[in-house]
Amino acid sequence: MGGHGIVHTDNLVLVVAVFLACAVEMVEALTIVIAVGVTAGWRRAMAGAAGALVVLAALVAAVGPELTHIPLSALRIVIGGVLLVFGLQWLRKAVLRAAGVLAKHDEDAIYQRNVEELSSGDERAAVLVAFKGTFLEGLEVVIIVLTLGTTGHALELATFAALAAVVVVGAVGALVARQLSGVPENAMKMTVGIMLVSFGTFWSGEGVHVHWPGSDVAIVVLAALYAAVAAGLVRLLRARRVAVGAAGA
Amino acid sequence: MPETARPAGPSATVRRWLVAFGRFWWDFLIGDTPGLTLGAVLAVAAAAALALDHSARWPAVVALPLVVVLALAASARQGARR
Repeated sequence: MGGHGIVHTDNLVLVVAVFLACAVEMVEALTIVIAVGVTAGWRRAMAGAAGALVVLAALVAAVGPELTHIPLSALRIVIGGVLLVFGLQWLRKAVLRAAGVLAKHDEDAIYQRNVEELSSGDERAAVLVAFKGTFLEGLEVVIIVLTLGTTGHALELATFAALAAVVVVGAVGALVARQLSGVPENAMKMTVGIMLVSFGTFWSGEGVHVHWPGSDVAIVVLAALYAAVAAGLVRLLRARRVAVGAAGA
Repeated sequence: MPETARPAGPSATVRRWLVAFGRFWWDFLIGDTPGLTLGAVLAVAAAAALALDHSARWPAVVALPLVVVLALAASARQGARR
């Protein structure tokens, strides 16, 4: 792997992919933490979130360095495969939401549901909800950072991109607090899905000795192909929904 | 005499952790879209088989994204029907 010129194509795409993926997960985690903070107190919300971050950091420290000892071909097949499946799941969900088949992921509704659950006043439950929310969303970030970073030999770059997303979303979250639904989550999820599928295709292909034309530039071509397919699927499914609705009326 | 509840031993804890670990990865990789996972595996397997022929580069290059696209389209269509 390796790009051309000062800015490596794959590194740039990797940074954007990690940043967006982490931003999406951060928005989800932040929604839960804010709900706990407003309802059950910020001390409990912070305790739960901080506990989850410590466990996640320990996980990265334990697993991260071990990945570098695995042969690159095997690593690319496994990680490429994981990214491919994970990215396809994101992309499928984003396509179905954009087509109106699934309800859009509404952060305001999630916030309201968490507030109602926490209104029972159980202290331990509040800390646990903040811990669980941060840990589960953070785990997805860790998997994305470790897989993209290790396979692309840019673990530090991926980590910085993730941290940048944490800082940016955290700062915005602190300012807008409960207006998190303003973040165009489905568009971001669609973009991340396309990027994960592109990286997954590229790396799993390299793992099984597919010789991509143009080397790293193939990632951009794959992303363009998947974006076009996703857009086509959205249009097709929307048209089908309209046709079914008209037939039922 | 009533049976007293014994505290769970280390093996029970390990078993519980292993089950939770397995469940996490099952949900993460398969969940309610096994067709996507199967499609991804088929795509990589097809590319691996085609890449064995070193004289022809394009079949593997085309097959991998093509199978991925077909898997996504089939799964999205199935999702829309539910």
